[in-house]
Amino acid sequence: MSGAASASAWRGPAKLVLKRTGLALVTLVLVSAVIFTISGLLPGDAAQELLGQGATPEQIAALRQEMGLDRPAVVRYFEWLRGIALGDPGQSLVANKPVAEIISERLPNTLTLAGLTTLFSVPIAFLIGIASAVSRGKGTDRALNIATLAMVALPEFLVATIAVLVFSVKLLWLPSITIVPQDPTLWEFLRAYAMPVMVLGVGVIAQLGRMIRAAIIAELDRPYVEMARLKGVSQRRLIFRHVLPNAVGPIVNAMALSLSYLFGGAIIVETIFSYPGLASLMVNAVTSRDMPLLQACAMLFCATYLLLVLIADTVAILANPRLRQG
Amino acid sequence: MTVSGILRATRALPLSGKIGLALVLFWIVIAIVGPFIAPYPPGSFANEEVFAGASSQFWLGSDFLGRDVLSRLLSGARFTVGLSALAVAIAASIGTGIALTAAVGPRWVDELLSRSMDTLISIPSKIFALVLVAAFGSSLVLLTLIIAITYVPGNFRIARSLAVGLAQLDFVEVARARGEGRLYLALSEVLPNMIRPLFADIGLRFVFIVLLLSGLSFLGLGLQPPDADLGSLVRENTSGLAEGALAIMAPAAAIASLTVGVNLLIDAATQGKVQ
Amino acid sequence: MPAPHVVVRNLAVTVRSSDGAPLRIVDDVSFNIQRGDVLALIGESGSGKTTIALALMGYARSGAQISGQIEVGSAAFDGKAGADLAAQRGHRITYVAQSAAAAFNPSRRLIEQVIEPALIHGTATSAEARAHAVELFAALALPNPETIGNRYPHELSGGQLQRLMAAMALITRPELVIFDEPTTALDVTTQVEVLQAFRKVVREQGATGVYVSHDLAVVAQMADQILVLNRGKVREQNAVRVVLETPEDDYTKTLLAAARPVVKAALPVAAVSKPLLSIDGICAGYGPVDRQGRAAHPVLTDVTLQIGRGAAVGVIGESGSGKSTVARVVAGLLAPTAGTVSLDGQPLGASVKDRSREELRRIQIVFQNADIALNPAHSVGDILGRVLRFYHGMQGHQAQARVAELLDLIRLPAGIADRRCSELSGGQKQRVNLARALAAEPDLILCDEVTSALDTVVREAILELLAELRRDLGVAYLFISHDIATVQALCDEIVVLYKGTRVESGARDAYAAPPFHPYTDLLISSVPELRTDWLSEVAAKHGAPFAHRPESADLCRFLPRCPVAVAGQCDVTLPPLRMMAAGNAVLCHRTEAELARDHM
Repeated sequence: MSGAASASAWRGPAKLVLKRTGLALVTLVLVSAVIFTISGLLPGDAAQELLGQGATPEQIAALRQEMGLDRPAVVRYFEWLRGIALGDPGQSLVANKPVAEIISERLPNTLTLAGLTTLFSVPIAFLIGIASAVSRGKGTDRALNIATLAMVALPEFLVATIAVLVFSVKLLWLPSITIVPQDPTLWEFLRAYAMPVMVLGVGVIAQLGRMIRAAIIAELDRPYVEMARLKGVSQRRLIFRHVLPNAVGPIVNAMALSLSYLFGGAIIVETIFSYPGLASLMVNAVTSRDMPLLQACAMLFCATYLLLVLIADTVAILANPRLRQG
Repeated sequence: MTVSGILRATRALPLSGKIGLALVLFWIVIAIVGPFIAPYPPGSFANEEVFAGASSQFWLGSDFLGRDVLSRLLSGARFTVGLSALAVAIAASIGTGIALTAAVGPRWVDELLSRSMDTLISIPSKIFALVLVAAFGSSLVLLTLIIAITYVPGNFRIARSLAVGLAQLDFVEVARARGEGRLYLALSEVLPNMIRPLFADIGLRFVFIVLLLSGLSFLGLGLQPPDADLGSLVRENTSGLAEGALAIMAPAAAIASLTVGVNLLIDAATQGKVQ
Repeated sequence: MPAPHVVVRNLAVTVRSSDGAPLRIVDDVSFNIQRGDVLALIGESGSGKTTIALALMGYARSGAQISGQIEVGSAAFDGKAGADLAAQRGHRITYVAQSAAAAFNPSRRLIEQVIEPALIHGTATSAEARAHAVELFAALALPNPETIGNRYPHELSGGQLQRLMAAMALITRPELVIFDEPTTALDVTTQVEVLQAFRKVVREQGATGVYVSHDLAVVAQMADQILVLNRGKVREQNAVRVVLETPEDDYTKTLLAAARPVVKAALPVAAVSKPLLSIDGICAGYGPVDRQGRAAHPVLTDVTLQIGRGAAVGVIGESGSGKSTVARVVAGLLAPTAGTVSLDGQPLGASVKDRSREELRRIQIVFQNADIALNPAHSVGDILGRVLRFYHGMQGHQAQARVAELLDLIRLPAGIADRRCSELSGGQKQRVNLARALAAEPDLILCDEVTSALDTVVREAILELLAELRRDLGVAYLFISHDIATVQALCDEIVVLYKGTRVESGARDAYAAPPFHPYTDLLISSVPELRTDWLSEVAAKHGAPFAHRPESADLCRFLPRCPVAVAGQCDVTLPPLRMMAAGNAVLCHRTEAELARDHM
């Protein structure tokens, strides 16, 4: 394809992706309004809460003014939104530190855990998904189906508990809490992360594996697959050259869902292994009713979710000639 | 469906489905009669030894305060099963109701509802539940409502895509051309054809709700003492983890048997219908 | 006589039925095919014709078991005669599927798919295969043979894809090519071109062919031998001419009779001054309506037609002609952007909600596919009972008795009232579909392709029933179809739609001989006839002089395809409506004399 032709060929998808990006931003603003409304307006008065029952009305009024609570809700919302957009979601009520600082301390931990779990689970999920799809209805598929079905339904604390019992208590192989030493060696690093990654991986592998299987099977039922078989295409070529390119859309979407779960949903794993990530930070914010911190965490998770879905959408658009040229 | 029809359908289930059905029935029975067959009151300090192992007196040992784990599990199961079932019923009624409105209503209603639900679904359910708990607290009623609301958008999405697909079919067009009202279209033409696929979705959502509820309780954000669901039991006894106490394993395994059971049953039931 | 190329002995294909018992869908089938001959497998749905064709490639759809002896050249199903049949797939034995639009992989370029068999089986290098593909594209009369392969499937039309699929089947220079209903999904005017292209390349290649079809007339053009199948069993095998002219088997005779629809006995409709329904200058479409009152995707432009009390008016057109949209507008399911629909001279509301229940009752609509037109959650009794209660307030015993009457009217046993529609056969479902409309006691029934999804024999029975109901009940029909033979069998008046405009209208007899509108002419001349030399006689198409012109709403819509268009008229202004001597009105620039002379 010549340069000029390819430049114009990319205009269609670029427009589509731009449109999706705009839509995601609008959704994010709407989400922020929902979060602010629920957490900022409904629960009564933060000043009252901070000062407790014994405070005089004057003290409360003074604090309200200091915190800016006496201004209209809409004004407060837009100021908060502006702060979020500029990377300053305000001051933590409990830790008395800027929320941005608290989050930036923990963000690398969450990214490391999510990244490692992704590297660990995605290949296994693909193996499981493809293996069960190609042996649909046969023994391998049925066994994998039951296994993943059970894995999806297991509560994380059960998996974590069993893992701790086996690897820390009985075998003494791995530490029961995740502490990464300063400047760890690769071995120390892997040892520290082995258990949380394993526990988180169980759910992700099962969920993603099932969705990959479903995506492939949906394609296998389409007439072009029978046509390919009648052309004498081998099973391997059928899956990798014919089916997977058409299943990219649903598969990347499933991956986006799983990864967003790793980012914000590791609540139980972080708590059990005392791992200082963002999810347990959010739980602390709920417990201590630290609303600015809570709102910032919630926004961060929603933004990540929307970003991952947007990336998945973009990949799906690029993988589909019909959309690519649309 | 007749009794013999149900029996025939049951016999046709694969082994995994039968196991699932047995587990589900077991937990339904426990949820109903559990507190009546409990050997001890759930709050009584029946055993002097904490984290005792299984014995003929204490089948599942004792917990961190020396209470009978079996008795606490029997009453905790009622909360877990009952509350989750109630929440999923509320979520499905609201979600499906809105979905039907969107499917048979004017275009702008569909646009508005879908747009709002798209917004809510962009908030991951655990995060949504945490924000709601932080804002409203977690009394028994609030917790049920919060969990229900958390799963409304998900149910709406499935139900809407089913309902919109059905609403475009010719049999609905014929009814529309006949002059039937929207309520009739929704309830008589569309809804009856949604029930089977929705049943599977409701089952899966029930599993998610059980996991979310136990997760919240495990974090101390769910059911508040003295009420305790299975997740709370795991939380109370985390100090027994290092010794592998039954008090922590039993309730965790109980949750797993419930959720795995539901999953196995739905999987077997829906596969039978597809083939 | 040399040894046959294909030998099939005692072929049986077994599947597991829903209750687990084995079910033979193909039973004891034996036949031979001489090298270079084309054998047609003909039968209705469920006859096992596709299953047999696939078995020739050693292929069975999921769960099916093949037994018996199949030999194709040196290969056999059980591998005994040297090579295994399955290994010949896509190489020595190739396949052309029914719907090319679905059988091509949507995410790969066509050329890659077309040459893939050659590459997998190592019959050519990539460059050789590409060159060969371009030759085949040219031989199949595809436009731009050099570059068409670089497109994706969604960019081409069904007829083009079907020809590309034939190129894919021929790329390995196979010995046996299996065509599985390759033109069934195409419009009739496209079908001719594709059939001509197929016949040419198959003859050039000298390959043996198996041609699967339900359409005897199509098969007559393509095959040397015909094998008639019914429910998995062979009814008759003979040379084409013999089967067509002197069929032996009763079932073959039924098929032949059904393939030649006869005009159903109809009352001459007294010319009434006031029509029952009149449609005046309807424009309609989908998407938002702009300021000039035109929809973003216009479907109908200025369509006018009238239906007398008890009359049957046929609307005919290809896919995309907007014929179903006419029914939707009349039923009030789609509000027109311009024009009016009147019942007994009274203008009707644009959509359902603007019409009274009585007005709605008098016009009923029946859709093509009874599988989706009948609610699977309701019983037959529920479906009919609802209409009775809604329009006539009937309940209880009265309603039950009426349901039984209705079922009797459509020749179904009363016991069927308690059954779900999923338990009925295709023909029975379509009867229930009709009965629902009859329950309203309407003056007019809109029949939207009601016979298109049915097998020929069942179709005949439904047409017969429609004619009877009209005679007994005096109900009028607006009968929409893509098949001119069906319309001619039932209707007294016929309207031809092309891309949403009415290009011709007139009494049935006016369509018996020219002059026609050039599009009507093309339509009529494209319907295959039940004789073997029809395809050869269809004159090679005159080129359309304005094929390069994009279609325009300000000119004749048929211009880009019209072989008799004249410069200075057709490419300048909208055509006028001309009245022909036979009474038909034709929307064309050409005069009656010219149309009579230039017809194909």
